[in-house]
Parts: sequence; structure tokens; C-alpha cells
Amino acid sequence: MARYILRRLAFLALTLVLTSLLIFVITQLLPGDVCRVILGREVGEAASQACRAELRLDDPALVRYGDWLSGFLRGDMGLSYSTDAEIGPLVAERLGNSLMLAGFTLAIAVPLATGLGALAALNEGKWLDNLISVFSLAVVGLPEFVTGIVLIELLAFRVGLPANSSIRPGTGFFEALPSLILPALTATLVLLAYIARLTRAGVLEELKQPYVRTAALKGLPRWVVILRHVLRNALAPTITVVAISFGWLISGLVVIENVFNYPGLGRLMVFAISRRDLPLLQGVAMVTVLAFALANLGADLLYAALNPRIRVGE
Amino acid sequence: MAVPLLQLKDLSVAYRSRRGALRAVRDLSLEIAKGQTYGLVGESGSGKTTLALAVLNYLGKDGYIESGQVLFEGADMAALDEAGLRALWQGGMAHVPQNPFTALNPSMRIGEQVAEAIALNSEIDAPEIETRVLDLLAQVRLPDPARVARAYPHEISGGQQQRVIIAIALGRQPSLLVLDEPTTALDVTTEAVVLDLLRELVRDRDTAALYVSHNLGVVAGLTDRVAVLYASELVEDAPTKELYRQPLHPYTRGLLDSVPRLGQRKDVKPLQGIEGQIPSLTDLPSGCLFAPRCPLAIDQCWEERPPLDHPTPDRRVRCHRWPEILAGEVDAGRDAVEPIQVEDYQPETILTVEQLDVQYPIQRSLADVLAGEPARYVQVVDQLDLRIRSRETLGVVGESGSGKSSLARALIGLVAAEGGEVELLGVQLPARLDARSTETLAHLQMVFQNPEEALNPYLTIAESLRRPLRNLRGMSYAEAQAMVPQLLESVRLPAEYARRLPGQLSGGEKQRVAIARAFATHPDLLLADEPVSALDVSVQANILNLLAELQNEHDTAMLFIAHDIAVVGYLADRIAVMYLGQLMQQGPAEIIFDPPYHPYTEALLSAVPPPDPFVKQEHIRLSGEVPSAADPPSGCPFHTRCPRFLGDICVEQEPPWRETQDGKAIYCHIPIEELQAAQSPVLRFNGEGD
Ligand code: SF4
Ligand code: SF4
Repeated sequence: MARYILRRLAFLALTLVLTSLLIFVITQLLPGDVCRVILGREVGEAASQACRAELRLDDPALVRYGDWLSGFLRGDMGLSYSTDAEIGPLVAERLGNSLMLAGFTLAIAVPLATGLGALAALNEGKWLDNLISVFSLAVVGLPEFVTGIVLIELLAFRVGLPANSSIRPGTGFFEALPSLILPALTATLVLLAYIARLTRAGVLEELKQPYVRTAALKGLPRWVVILRHVLRNALAPTITVVAISFGWLISGLVVIENVFNYPGLGRLMVFAISRRDLPLLQGVAMVTVLAFALANLGADLLYAALNPRIRVGE
Repeated sequence: MAVPLLQLKDLSVAYRSRRGALRAVRDLSLEIAKGQTYGLVGESGSGKTTLALAVLNYLGKDGYIESGQVLFEGADMAALDEAGLRALWQGGMAHVPQNPFTALNPSMRIGEQVAEAIALNSEIDAPEIETRVLDLLAQVRLPDPARVARAYPHEISGGQQQRVIIAIALGRQPSLLVLDEPTTALDVTTEAVVLDLLRELVRDRDTAALYVSHNLGVVAGLTDRVAVLYASELVEDAPTKELYRQPLHPYTRGLLDSVPRLGQRKDVKPLQGIEGQIPSLTDLPSGCLFAPRCPLAIDQCWEERPPLDHPTPDRRVRCHRWPEILAGEVDAGRDAVEPIQVEDYQPETILTVEQLDVQYPIQRSLADVLAGEPARYVQVVDQLDLRIRSRETLGVVGESGSGKSSLARALIGLVAAEGGEVELLGVQLPARLDARSTETLAHLQMVFQNPEEALNPYLTIAESLRRPLRNLRGMSYAEAQAMVPQLLESVRLPAEYARRLPGQLSGGEKQRVAIARAFATHPDLLLADEPVSALDVSVQANILNLLAELQNEHDTAMLFIAHDIAVVGYLADRIAVMYLGQLMQQGPAEIIFDPPYHPYTEALLSAVPPPDPFVKQEHIRLSGEVPSAADPPSGCPFHTRCPRFLGDICVEQEPPWRETQDGKAIYCHIPIEELQAAQSPVLRFNGEGD
């Protein structure tokens, strides 16, 4: 087991290096000159030269990559081209925000969606099942900015929750909580249908298994059969999806973050790309890949814990 | 008279389906007394499993009791509310289903699953529950109960899983056990151990049991009474011994005559199967349901449904002609099948297998590959030597994990052998299928266990039959098409089947098509891998006879592989016994049932439940589990379980092949004479009138 985790972590390190290389190569291929973007079109050749020299853009690409990598390994992600600020703290702060939002979203979405899915499965074909299906499908069809705006209309204007979620750096979770509600609900609506349908299918599949009959014929109450036997097996596949969603919540919430003006990693990434800010982009990408990979590792371990047939690492 | 424990009164059970209600059990009445063991015998489609579930009142969403009653200790089960039903399941009756693996929750420890069954109906604390769990696991003779309690279901063997299920059932101290084919998924030697256990438990605890099975042998040795079900109806019901001594219903008789006994041979006493197949529930005949298959059917049978009569106070039979059968005026036994002659084959070898090795790689994850973990293999066939002479049938017997199917798959080229040589008709066979010539493919054909595996579901029967003719015999479309009716006829299928799809055929019919196709190229050697084990007994007998006949007709040699030693003994000229990828014994089939045997053969023979309640059998049981082929035992592969284990020599040295004068060869350290002296003959069928 420990060996397995070590091996996975080694694998993860390899992925990180490859990703950074990939991003490096891509940014080299992108048209446009960083210095022109930073300084604007009108500056003269001399200023541009100075800028290039300062950013050491004329060194061979491999040397620059080596510099970046050795810096990264020492925990120094360098300075942002566009703001001159240290990248490390900036990314860390945004990561913190994204983690808060992701965690809060999952805390709402997972119990809600699995609960609805299980409820639908247990009432298969009845009105409750149909209602849940129709509702979740209707919601999943809407783009995030639409659900986001509807939620602002309903909950911000009428109930008074903050629609602008631009929290200041260093805000703690509980302080930030009111600002998190609307973006989290919007993201929940995106995930809801998917996870609920998956749970429903999983529960229906498990209900057909003979072990459910064994459990029922022990004379166990139905809710014990469902909670202790069925859900445990039915939820295993859902976990993988939750892990992938976690990755998406950390880095893919560009639209939602924009609608609510929330300072997460997604917006930072867009910013870095639009400014040709290679070191910043690298920094964000590293963190995102790390988050994705750790979420997946966590999911695999949890999956194995729930499903003893998967012998991890053997 | 005391109230019977369980009483079924004119019970009809149906399922809702798209084509309306399907009645799976009709007008069935039955009584089980306290402590009585009742057998319920029938083939698939007879309604026996439905009946078992109806007794438990667990018919699922679509099943329901249409009319009649199930009374348990005099109380109508239909009147119970959910709590009452749960109370009944907690203490009254318990269920042991067919497949133990799916019946256990895969993600829960065994101890927890057993504990659930006892913690419910008694107010006891955690340590007490734990002792009770371990106690129960010990009662079902699980070695090391503490370890099993901590294990997950997939970590223990099938036999152990079934014992856990039995422990769960016993945990509630039920007065009725409903056993639905509890040993069908197990190997013969494991089955024998589980049956011993059940027999003992039922006797010691005075528990009543309803034992549902298709296997007449199992039922004969375990029950007080037997009811026979056919196409949803009870056709006969009698005390076990009387039923086997004199079956009154032609179907019961047919079933008994379909099962090969140990030592029964095709050339001495051929099996008499039942013609045709069980009618579908949507399309039942109006008279006697068995009339289309009955050798004694008369006009009255087609018109009038026979009533359930009482020939004696404790027998019931549903047949118009039972008085004549009882008086011996007519005989329902068929002798339609003539003994199948085995001509003396020329001692010319057509297949030589030398040092055959088949391995399967153990799955590695990508991470393992990257980390440079070496590949590991399971050795499923280990340095095997084999010879088949022309027109001979070599039977290979083995339990699961013996490598017998892998042997066939390697010969036909579905898996590439890792090492060794295979020579067919003097020509060396390439290991891989795609390297083999058309001629070789035509010489060597195979019939599989599941005809579904072999027949393309989207091709009509005619298309399936034309393929080998065109591809392997180079026939034109017209020539091949002209052959189709003839091929169908050779396996006794009507010519109009040519246009059907496999999905429209029953399992037995599909297997006939697969056989017709295999013989279409006049092969020199036919590989038959468990060709009858997926079929009902009444169909099985006919397929076995068909194989033997076609083999005679085409002068084909056959490698016949099966787990059932009686079936192999029936068909084969020579028999090889396989265990863990190696041969343990080989020799002429006539003498396999006489000592000396290899200790493993001895255990196999003694494990087969004889379909005859009067037989007393040698009692040799194997302990432990089949070792993993990834890590086979040193020395003699059987030494971890051998009842005649000698000591270090068996662990350290590979045994020699020892031969008897009549050509039997045994792979064991014990000298032939000593085996001979120590072993007694298993009781065997002597071929004389029943
Ligand atoms: S009633 Fe007629 S057809 Fe039915 S079993 Fe008896 S003899 Fe055969
Ligand atoms: S060699 Fe030893 S272990 Fe193997 S069968 Fe003979 S007595 Fe048993």
C-alpha cells in the first residue's frame, strides 16, 4: 500500500515535469512578443530590448526552462512578467480561495445529489423518480451564467445574499461563507444532475444483486439494507466522478468566477494567458495539475477502501 | 394431526411480463413436517426456484401469488405485514441460494455479515456477538474462523463462501431451510463436503429443509421425500426411496434414465434421454403437459389434463397411465437408443502432445510496468504429454483450475502455448491460430460449453453452417447451401431451422447446431470442452449420444473434457485425470472405476453423489483448497490435500509414473500394489436392470 502511494507520487512528479515542459513549448510557439504585451505597442526598440534582456528572453529556451525548473524545485516560482509580483504567494492565495469554493460546493452537491439519486432509484418509475429526473435534466441543460444570473435574481436581490463575491486576500472561511453561497450553488446545479443520475443507476444496479436478497432475508429493516448494503456499493463509481469534479471546481470555474467576480484560480489562469505571462501560467498550471492528481489519488484510495475487491498495488 | 410446518395449498405463482402474466407455478400443494427434508426436483423452467422464493415470500417486484396459500406454522404468509414478514425471516425460515459469491456483499467483512444475522433477534452485546459469529463459522467447519471473519468474500474460496451463507442461515436458528441448488456452483469434491455438512446440520438440529435441485444424485442422498416439478406443475411426489425404486411418472423415469451412473458406458447401457424440450410457459399443451415428450402418450393424454392421483396414501402422481405403470403392464423406460458400438480402433496416433505449457500473465498495472516489476505468470498447463489415437475418445476429467479448458484452447489455437510440441497427423501444429493452414483448421474442430460463444447471434443457422463448408472445404455457395438440410438432419433438427437465428433456439438445439458445424468438415479430431454441462440432464443424455454416433459415423477422434467423471466414463475410451495443470492418472476407461486409483481420482469418484438412495459410498473427502496455479506446490501437486499423503517425499520429489499390467498409469509415490491393497472399489453401476 505504502509502496503503491509512493509509486503514484513518483508518477505524479513525472506528470508535473511533462506538463511544465508542454506549457513551456506551447508558450514558445504562441505568436506575439511578451514585452510588446507588457509595454504596449508604442515603445521603442531600445525599451523592448531592455525588457527582453531583463526577462532573459534571448537565452536559449532550454536554459530558461532549466532555470525555471531549478527555481521551482527550490520553491521559487519566480516573478510574474506582468505584475512583477512574486508568483508563489499569489497562486497560493488563489488556490486557497478555489479550495474553499470547491470544498463548499462538494459539501452541498454530493449529499444532495446522491440523496436525490438514491431516492429516485428507490422510487423507480414513480412520480418522485420522474420529478427528480426532469428537474435535474432541466437544470443541467442551462449554462452556468444563466443559472448564476437566475440565482442572483432570486437569492441576491430578494434574500440579500451578496452577489459580488470578490473577497479580499486573507479572508477566512467563515468570513467568506456568505460570498461562497451563490457561486457554490451555481456549481452545484451543474454537478447535480450528473451525480444524481449516476447514483440512481448505481443503486438500481445494486438492488438487483443477490446479496440484497440475502440481507433482506436476514430480516433486516429496509433502511438498513439500503444504507448499509446498497449505498456502500452503489457509491463507489460516484467517487471517481466527484474527484474529477473536484479538479474542475479548482480550475475550471472561469465562467462562474467571472459572473460572481470570485478571485479563484480559473480567473488567474485566464489572466496569465491573456498577458503571455509564462511564469504565472506555469505556476497556475502546476498547482492545477497537482490538485487534479491528488484528487484522483484520493479517489482511488477511497474507492479501494469502499471496494475491497480492488487490491491496490497488487 | 399436528399442523405441518409448511403447507402450500393450491398455490399458483405468476410473474408480470410484457406478454401478460406468466404462471410459473400452478395449483401446487405440498406439506413439509417439522424436521423433514423435502427434495424439489426439476429442470430449468420447471418453476422450482419460483416456488422456493414464494415459500420465502420474496418474489420480487414482478412476482405475485395468484391464488392459493402459503401457510407457515398454520399462519397465512400473505396476511403478514412487513414487520411480521421480517420476524419470520429473522427466526422462521432461512434461504441458501445457488451462487454464494453474489449472495454475499462484496464490500463487507464476513464477520459483519454473519453478525447481522444473529444480532437482530437477540439482545446481546458486541463481544457476545463476536463469540457467536466465530462459533457459527466453526460449526460450518471453516478453518480458522477468526481469519475468515476478517476476510472479504472474494478472499475465500467458493466452498467457503457457501459455508458462510449456511452460517448466516443457521444464525437465526430457523425451523425451515430453503436450499436452492446450494452446491451447483461448486466443484464435485467441494460439493461433497458441503453436502455432508448440510446433512449433518439438518439432522442434528432437527431443522426441516426444502432442497431444490436439478441433480437427482444430490437429492437421493439427502431427502426424505421428493417432489418432481415439470413445466410449473407437480407431476410426482413420493418418499425418496420409493420414488427411486419405482418412479410412476414417465418424466421422473426419464430423468432417472438420463443421468449416467459411475461406470455406465455407451456400449453397454446407453443413456435414454427425453426427446424434445420443456414447453414454454406461454405455450403449454392443453392435455398432459408432458405429452409431447412422453413415450407412453395416448390420445387421452393430448386431450385431457391428468389429475393428481394418490396411488398409495403417501404418493401422488399426475399421469393417466400410472395404474398400468404401477402394475408393470407398460414401461416408461425407453430403449430407443441402441448400445453405441465401439469398434477396435487402429492403434495409429493422430495427436501427440509433448511438454505442453500454457501460461497466462497476471495483470500488471501501468505503475507496475513503469516500476519495472517483472511479469508473473500462472502456469495453467504444465509440461503435459498426451496422445490420442485415431477414432478414439480421450476423456479429460478435472475440476475448475485443473487447466483442462486451457488445454483445449491451446490445442485449437485460441491461446498460444508457451512451450511444447503438438503434432496432428504427423504435422506439427503452429501454436497460433493465424499460422495454421486451412487444412489443419478443417482437421481440428471444437465444440464449446456455451454454444452462444460459438454461434454468431446475427447469422442464421444456415449461414453458420455454410461457413466452414465454404471456407474450409472450398465449396461454392450452392454446394454449401445444398448441404445444410443434411447437416441439420444429422443432428436431428428440422430443416426449417436453417432460416432461424440462434436466439430462437433452445440451449440444446444451439449445441446441436454447433455440433453439426463442427462435423461439417469431417474433422479427424474433435475437441469437446464441457459440451453438455450447461444443459439440462434430459437434454444432456441426447447430446452425449449424438456426439458418440456422429463420431462413429465420421471416424473422428475426440478429446472430451468435462468435470463430471460419470459423464466422461460414459463416453470415453481412455481417461486422463487432470489436477493443477498436470495429469494424475491415465488409462483405459473401463478400469478407471476399479482400484488402484490415484488418490485424487479416488476422492473424485467418492465425491459423486449417486442418483440412488440405496447406495452406500466410500467416504473420502478432500480438505483445504486447490492451491493457486501462480504458486503451485512442489513435488506432487496434490500433496497439500492428499488423503494418502506419505510425508516429505511427496513434498520434495516429483512422483514417478507407475503402470499396471492393464495399461493404467498413476502419478504417485505409492507403489501400485499398495494402492491396490488400500483402496476399495467405488460402488458402480453394473449395467444390469434397475
Ligand atoms: S398422462 Fe400420458 S402423456 Fe402424460 S405422462 Fe402420463 S402417459 Fe405420459
Ligand atoms: S505422491 Fe504423495 S501426495 Fe501425491 S498423490 Fe501420491 S501419496 Fe498423495
